[in-house]
Amino acid sequence: MDAGTGRFVRHKPCYFFREENMKSIRMILAGATALGLSMSVANATDLEVMHWWTSGGEAAAVAEFAKAFDATGNHWVDAAIVGGEQARAVMVSRITGGDPMGAFQFNYGRQSEELIEAGLLRDLTDIAKAEGWADLVNPPSLLEGCTVDGRIYCAPVNIHSWQWLWLSHKAFADAGVPVPANWADFAAAAPALVAADKIPLAMGQQGWQQSGAFNVMFAALIPQEVFLAVYGDKNAEVAAGPEVAKVFEAAATAREMSANSTVQNWNDATNLVITGKAGGQIMGDWAQGEFAVAEQVAGKDYSCLPGLGTTEVLGTGGDAFYFPVLKDEAQIAAQGELAALLLKPETQVAFNLKKGSLPVRGDIDLAAANDCMRKGLALLAEGKLLPDTNQLLTPDTANQINTLFTEFFADPSMTAQAAQERFAGIIENAE
Amino acid sequence: MSSKRPNQLFRNMPAKVAAIPMVVTALFIFVGGTAWTVVYSFTKSGLLPRLKWVGLDQYERLWGTNRWLVSIENLAIYGICMLVLVFVIGFILAALIDQKIRFENTIRTVILYPYALSFVVTGLVWQWILNPEFGVQGIVRDLGWQSFTFNPLYSPQIAIFGVLIAGLWQGSGLVMVLMLAGLRGIDQEVWKAARVDGIPTWKTYIFIVIPMMRPVFITTLVLVVTGIVKIYDLIVAQTGGGPGIATEVPAKYVYDMMFQAANLGQGFAASTMMLVTVALIIIPWAMLEFGGKRRV
Repeated sequence: MDAGTGRFVRHKPCYFFREENMKSIRMILAGATALGLSMSVANATDLEVMHWWTSGGEAAAVAEFAKAFDATGNHWVDAAIVGGEQARAVMVSRITGGDPMGAFQFNYGRQSEELIEAGLLRDLTDIAKAEGWADLVNPPSLLEGCTVDGRIYCAPVNIHSWQWLWLSHKAFADAGVPVPANWADFAAAAPALVAADKIPLAMGQQGWQQSGAFNVMFAALIPQEVFLAVYGDKNAEVAAGPEVAKVFEAAATAREMSANSTVQNWNDATNLVITGKAGGQIMGDWAQGEFAVAEQVAGKDYSCLPGLGTTEVLGTGGDAFYFPVLKDEAQIAAQGELAALLLKPETQVAFNLKKGSLPVRGDIDLAAANDCMRKGLALLAEGKLLPDTNQLLTPDTANQINTLFTEFFADPSMTAQAAQERFAGIIENAE
Repeated sequence: MSSKRPNQLFRNMPAKVAAIPMVVTALFIFVGGTAWTVVYSFTKSGLLPRLKWVGLDQYERLWGTNRWLVSIENLAIYGICMLVLVFVIGFILAALIDQKIRFENTIRTVILYPYALSFVVTGLVWQWILNPEFGVQGIVRDLGWQSFTFNPLYSPQIAIFGVLIAGLWQGSGLVMVLMLAGLRGIDQEVWKAARVDGIPTWKTYIFIVIPMMRPVFITTLVLVVTGIVKIYDLIVAQTGGGPGIATEVPAKYVYDMMFQAANLGQGFAASTMMLVTVALIIIPWAMLEFGGKRRV
């Protein structure tokens, strides 16, 4: 202050800088500095956590993490962004732009491949070893999804499976038909639902939901070898073959059944099922959380059919937290604490009950789990599992498939055959 | 021998020094950034840029992608309609206001006001107005005309015109104000002379006034065309590219490829194609406009 203003003060003494005032200014400054220091000591480390968990059930679940993290003496700074696609764009541009957050949620699999290769994400291997993740994460494929070249880069927090059909008991009662037990029954009940002024199949008009529903039919309606040959081995001949043609026929049926569903977001579509305006919805087990928030009871108000009731199988996708490489020591320590905390039994139980997803450890007891979660846990125990599409496909390929189904579902004049040809083309060029 | 002519380079030195920051910005950020983008469009860059050459692969894929072709088609439809209509509407409004009417200031403000709104607000407002349940269709049906149907945003064939309506509503005011300024710049003597010669008003506008307003037209054209090429936010706010891919535009393709599909190479290829398209339009026009004068 003196050096900068000295000359000016000498020429024209300024009232503000007179000696007695300088004294009081110094005292105020000293006081403020002391206050600031004491606050930063008392205040724990702020860690900004980004995620896209914004629907009712999701927000309730993530609040459990925040509560547990705050209890360790740190502070969870919540940075939620609506919509996974938008959220991922923001996260990636912040990390690559050199302004990383403390931690962020991603689906495990190939979304993070390049960030890891570029050395932008923190290696969690030490924490994983100390916490014994290798022994307790079940199924082990989850940890493999986090592993690149033998190093662990993410903390899996839950298992999400896409392969569920949610059915509204009210809608079927109104239409006077029994609640179906599998996809074929459901498709057959569609005319009765239409006659009762219901939408047979609720479907949000977004590419990821439409291609997701297709992938579920793909996994459930035909033998699983085909699914793995197409998405795992990227075999374009199989993708153009007669088995996959059946799935496209089923998708065309689904398109007819969802013709009057004009909602956009997945939870709005789930709400159609909850309120009985729609018969059912193909959506992942995160829809469970919405039914829970609406205080509906599984088996009484709604049914859930894993693998569309046709082939009982679960995909083992899910969410994981990744931690960008940071410089600040305190934040690095807080990252470590958070990573370890996410897999603790108590956090896992509290989080997954609210989220409607399955825990990543096999050694905890979900006594409070409802019907649907129990079905999922049983399948998990039996090992009727499939890898998730996020683990098999790059975001680029997934985006192409999303666009294809956005077109397919919006344009009834596009035949199943034409769509299948383009699908085979995408698989041919996939990596 | 007379003294040497002063070096052209050092003439008017202060002005040149003052221009240096802008020149540097233009060279490094605009030209450099453009060159970088073009170079990387020939690579297989994913989430992060990397120099792994793949030749024209990205361009082949781009022109084989239905969504890109639909985007180009949409931009052409939107661009041509917007260009023609915004000029016609803007000029007619300006000519009407120029008739020495009362409350001119009020009317001018009202018509210009939409331009003060961002495209995001415009998009959302028109999304609601064109919503079949709550918007125009709902109101007319409530008045008793039950079979009335007007839902452009929900029919893929005409959805782009729903966006066009919003674009026109937002942009016409600006064109009107510019045209009005141009009209006010026309000497009143011209009008008097035309009246003495017995030329009808509409003929005076078309054959005398409009040719005299050429500079205003060119300024307006540049503003409108740049607005058209970069259209993105209106689409995102109003339709999100839907229904299906009916209102996708090139700028949105670029963004989605770069940030959602984690395929920078493809996004760069698409943005390079946008640049080439603009260059194909601008360069012949610029040569005609500026090259021609030198020869005269």
